[in-house]
Amino acid sequence: MIKILRYRLFAILPTLLGVSIIAFALIRLAPGDPVMLMLGERGATPEVYQKMQASLGLDQPVLLQYFKYLGQLFTGNFGTSITSQRPVFEEFMDRFPATMELGIVGMLFAILFGVPMGIISAAKRKTPLDYTLMGGALLGYSMPIFWWALVLIMFFSVQLGWTPVSGRISVMYEIDQVTGFLLIDSLLSEESWPAFKSALHHLILPAFVLGTIPLAVIARMTRSSLLEVLREDYIRTARAKGLTEQRVIVLHGLKNALIPIVTVIGLMLGAVLTGAILTETIFSWPGIGRWFVSSVEARDYPVIQGGIILIALTVMIVNLLVDLIYLWVNPLLREES
Amino acid sequence: MKKFFLRLNQNKGAIFGLYVLIVFVLVSLFAPLLAPYDPNTIFDNQFNLPPIWSGGEVTHFLGTDDIGRDVLSRLIFGTRISLMVGFLVVTLSLLVGVSLGLLAGYFGGWVDQIIMRGVDILMALPSILLAIVIVAILGPSLENGIIAVSIVYLPNYIRVVRGATMSEMKKPYVDASKCFGASHWRQILINILPNCMAPIIVLASLGFSEGILNVAALGFLGLGAQPPTPEWGVMLADAKAFIETSPWLVNLPGLCILIVVLSFNLMGDGLRDALDPKLKGR
Repeated sequence: MIKILRYRLFAILPTLLGVSIIAFALIRLAPGDPVMLMLGERGATPEVYQKMQASLGLDQPVLLQYFKYLGQLFTGNFGTSITSQRPVFEEFMDRFPATMELGIVGMLFAILFGVPMGIISAAKRKTPLDYTLMGGALLGYSMPIFWWALVLIMFFSVQLGWTPVSGRISVMYEIDQVTGFLLIDSLLSEESWPAFKSALHHLILPAFVLGTIPLAVIARMTRSSLLEVLREDYIRTARAKGLTEQRVIVLHGLKNALIPIVTVIGLMLGAVLTGAILTETIFSWPGIGRWFVSSVEARDYPVIQGGIILIALTVMIVNLLVDLIYLWVNPLLREES
Repeated sequence: MKKFFLRLNQNKGAIFGLYVLIVFVLVSLFAPLLAPYDPNTIFDNQFNLPPIWSGGEVTHFLGTDDIGRDVLSRLIFGTRISLMVGFLVVTLSLLVGVSLGLLAGYFGGWVDQIIMRGVDILMALPSILLAIVIVAILGPSLENGIIAVSIVYLPNYIRVVRGATMSEMKKPYVDASKCFGASHWRQILINILPNCMAPIIVLASLGFSEGILNVAALGFLGLGAQPPTPEWGVMLADAKAFIETSPWLVNLPGLCILIVVLSFNLMGDGLRDALDPKLKGR
């Protein structure tokens, strides 16, 4: 496992290089003249055109362009957004906490409900309750979440008027950014409670939508992993000792069933980032996903380029952290090395 | 093989999924006969007609959309697109992914290194994001969406087939046929590939649902099929603005996607149980 970790760590750089080549090639492979695309209909006089071409470095040989681009990346320069004229890195960091907050709450929700669902299903195996829960999980697993989001909006926001339709917090509140997580920042601000409630109200529905697929996958995995473990000899021994079924399942079973569950939770983190793109777009959540989609729509190439690299880096760091947790959960892997 | 079908037959979910899919395939094959109208015909002054159960007219069984097109006809033609999308995504990613996986597992060394570095890069970008990037390069259209989603799904095939190939390579029959002078081609295609089929079949059936979901998501984001194509994701996106007044415009295509994806997943689960009896009863 240590070997795998070391491999993962060393693979980050070459992988990032590969991603940077994709990001670099992007602007050149796109159909049409990128300069004209960026200038759009804003009247492209020859002078403006040349200035734009030079500012993008497109008048130089391709290989030189790439190395220059790489050099910029290494100094932390991810380019400048065309629409907002701000550095891409700054824009990314502005939106990063919003996505993290949504992702963490969504994932917590998925774990808090998914694991118990799986346990109940495994304990009541082959009963109507098991079939209902697993049927529900399969439904969630197959759900087109962009539709699911709209259905929930229709019900909770439009019909019942319980939750707002978009945004992170009511415009009434001006929250100073401390951690970037509005749930925490709002508590620290002057209006603490009402502001916190507003932030929570805005967060519930998107987090629920984002957590739906992970919840289903975690529930399925928990059930199958637990059933596997419950067939082991030591479980029979535990039962023979006269322990209550509850104790057998939770203490003896769940502990040993945890490894595949943690693995699947780790795998789901990537899925959460994917889901964030759709969820954020639907709920106008000011995070990375929406930023990226709107940049693609606006053909803001520097943002697309820089965004890909930053997102890839985030994914790789998250995966590395998951591996570390994995090592911590599974003592067998530690002994091996 | 017989055992396999017996086991599959016992799985009620898989059989149910199979029947639903057969219905969808028939609908898509006979779409022009079944659909009451052309999916793009616009009926003047018949905007946002509700479906029959909420007071609509028999002539437009499932109502009409915001510019007066028959929803039922559009959904029926949408079946065609979605199944075609699933089929193309699976075929494309299967052909390329299985070939690359076989090459990587069989030859090892630098071939393996190059292929797996590529996989690393693809895996560093979350699936739909990668698809969006590819669409950003190629331009938004249904075809490009299909290509993008196929590329996204490649790493799954490559990794699974590579792993299966590597474990097959250790078995004596591969060495034996090498002694008899079997060529690389023969080894790969005739000896090893058939023994890696089980995981490939499961991946392919799950790939259908993944493909249909992701292409619909691209359509929804405006980065896949373009209006007026009667694609379910596009129909959903078009109807977003009328969610309060005409909810059926959102719900009907959404339900269609859900049912098709659910059926493929039921099938996939059933196939996995039937092909790998160790997992049975979970």
